[in-house]
Amino acid sequence: MPNIRDIVGYVETHDWGFTQGHRLCPGCNAPMVANWATLAAKSMGYEPVVAAATGCLEVSSTIYPFTSWNVPYIHNAFENVAATISGAESAYRSLLNRGKIKNDKIKFIAFAGDGGTYDIGLQALSGAIERGHDFVYILYDNEGYMNTGNQRSGSTPPGADSTTAPVGKSISGKLQLKKSIVDIVAGHEGVYAATAATAEPWDFMRKMQTALEFKGPSFIAMLAPCVRFWRIPDDSGPEVTKLAIETKYWPLWEYNMGVYKVTKKPKTFKPIKDYVTKLGRYSKLMKRPDANEILEELQNYVDAKWDRLLALEEISKDKPIRTKI
Amino acid sequence: MPVKLTVTGAAAVAHAMRQINPDVVAAYPITPQTPIVEYYAGFVSDGIVDTVMVPVESEHSAMSAVVGSAASGARTMTATAANGLALMAEIVYIAASYRLPIVMPIVNRALSGPINIHCDHSDAMMVRDSGWIQFFTENHQEAYDFTIMATKLAEKENVLLPVMVNLDGFITSHGVESFEMLDDEVVKEFVGSWNPKYSLLNTKNPVTYGPLDLFDYYFEHHRQQEEAMKNAYKELPGVFEEFEKISGRRYDFLDLYKVDDADYIMIVMNSTASTAKYVVDQLREEGQKVGLVKPQVFTPFPKKEFQQVLNGRKGVVVLDRAMSFGKEAPLYSLVKSSLYEVASRPSLGSYVYGLGGRDTTPEMIREAFEDALQGNLIADEQRYLGLRE
Repeated sequence: MPNIRDIVGYVETHDWGFTQGHRLCPGCNAPMVANWATLAAKSMGYEPVVAAATGCLEVSSTIYPFTSWNVPYIHNAFENVAATISGAESAYRSLLNRGKIKNDKIKFIAFAGDGGTYDIGLQALSGAIERGHDFVYILYDNEGYMNTGNQRSGSTPPGADSTTAPVGKSISGKLQLKKSIVDIVAGHEGVYAATAATAEPWDFMRKMQTALEFKGPSFIAMLAPCVRFWRIPDDSGPEVTKLAIETKYWPLWEYNMGVYKVTKKPKTFKPIKDYVTKLGRYSKLMKRPDANEILEELQNYVDAKWDRLLALEEISKDKPIRTKI
Repeated sequence: MPVKLTVTGAAAVAHAMRQINPDVVAAYPITPQTPIVEYYAGFVSDGIVDTVMVPVESEHSAMSAVVGSAASGARTMTATAANGLALMAEIVYIAASYRLPIVMPIVNRALSGPINIHCDHSDAMMVRDSGWIQFFTENHQEAYDFTIMATKLAEKENVLLPVMVNLDGFITSHGVESFEMLDDEVVKEFVGSWNPKYSLLNTKNPVTYGPLDLFDYYFEHHRQQEEAMKNAYKELPGVFEEFEKISGRRYDFLDLYKVDDADYIMIVMNSTASTAKYVVDQLREEGQKVGLVKPQVFTPFPKKEFQQVLNGRKGVVVLDRAMSFGKEAPLYSLVKSSLYEVASRPSLGSYVYGLGGRDTTPEMIREAFEDALQGNLIADEQRYLGLRE
């Protein structure tokens, strides 16, 4: 794992992979994800080649004729970043094999939001993982189509206000729980998959290192608040994701070829209500008479998920189900 | 020495691809393109080529992977048909705008719906404005030859546009016919190596592909695509000439059959041209001055060539294997508008034929010619060959 001295030393003498001039909102957590991922790769001696799905990070970082990317970068469309990077990675294997290029330090990193991952891009992601391409897919999960103004996605949690599932007089906003995206990815089996959060950069760095060194597809789902549509103060993104970890809303864990590991086990947990009431996106819900009922369901859900995670860790310990991709 | 092979059209195309030996092929099977992918997977599996094959989970991902690969500086190919092309369509436009020299055989098949797996040209016509160069081929030989020429044209620095090579579903793709295959080495030398200026894999000179291109530049970039298409038009005669040197086969924008003294001309694309040539021969024997024009290049549209060959003729009938609902059929409308500027305009007739694989017989072709010969052409009327009404 790159230590803090290496990273500080690195940024003092090198350019960042993702640099200044982007037009993301103040307090947005997406640039942290882009920065940390490319930094981890570069400080480990790798040369990242990046692909991004359509989304906040993409539209805000490459407004022609400017680019914030100091590494090779491609954006193709919304739903196909995994397919696009699988093509780039295949080109790399072919050209290396044919001796047309010599650089063996290249690593492929794809970035996408939750719309481009849980919803429209899920098929391409599944295909690329199943084919075993060597790439790291980083989801910056802000739980909605925030680029276009807070529409509901497959990642939006129940009761959160959005413009396409608004909390109204008769319906309490989105009724469905979010997909468990890392479980979906883990279901491909021959993969490294993990959750991460902007509150825990070193946990992310360690997972990024595992992902980069994993000879095959890797996936990191980073909880990265949209301060604008989560209705939270600009400077509170990491603080909020810390609370998400402490309330079991977003446990930190990883899956590696069948083996589950919980990477952070808080000694005590806070109730889910502490998390929900911190986020302005739930304020309309909290005014509804069924708020407590919904909170209770959510509490039961996160408790059960946590217990399940511990059980998976226990039964899978030292028992990988696959030995090759 | 070139060899004669008697195989399906799909095999002929697969052999062209084998000889081009692209760095990457990403493809998804769809009837009637499937045998091309199957043959190619066999070449990879047997170590005959060292292409990296990406067996993607959809055509959308096929074109997406192809874009990622080509932007990484790899010579990249795919192939598809009909609904596969429709699913790709979003990325088909993106591939052209990123100026990626991808080559894609299209085994023409009717677009759904309702679902139909047989030949027509609705798939190619759906993406005629996508910025791809579009070749149309009559038979195995042409499908093979144009796949090789496509690679040469696409990668020219002043072109850098993707190319579709259209061949008729089942009729060409699954029919068995002889064609002459060039030596592997001859093709290898003809296509040369592909050394792009901008590659994602050049980490020393990082480039951004696919930025957000708003109202202040998008328009100029589209103008540049138009310029590239004009350059493709200018480069094509040179490609035809170079190809003649290695093959002895001379191609042009238009394949002209018995047109020199013809008063009446039929225009038709792909395999139906073979049937039409047979009918031209019959009518010639009967003393009728008829001829045939088969466009080999549809985009860039060879307007000047059409004007030259059609100016002063008595009658022209245009056969379209696609509908453009509520508007004139695609080939017809372009031919008709080309003639606006000629001194002596012929009478014109529009005929839609063969949709969904409807068999097109010599009698049907003859019917269209008869209309012309009898002075029974109405420019503003769409007629149908072989349709029950």
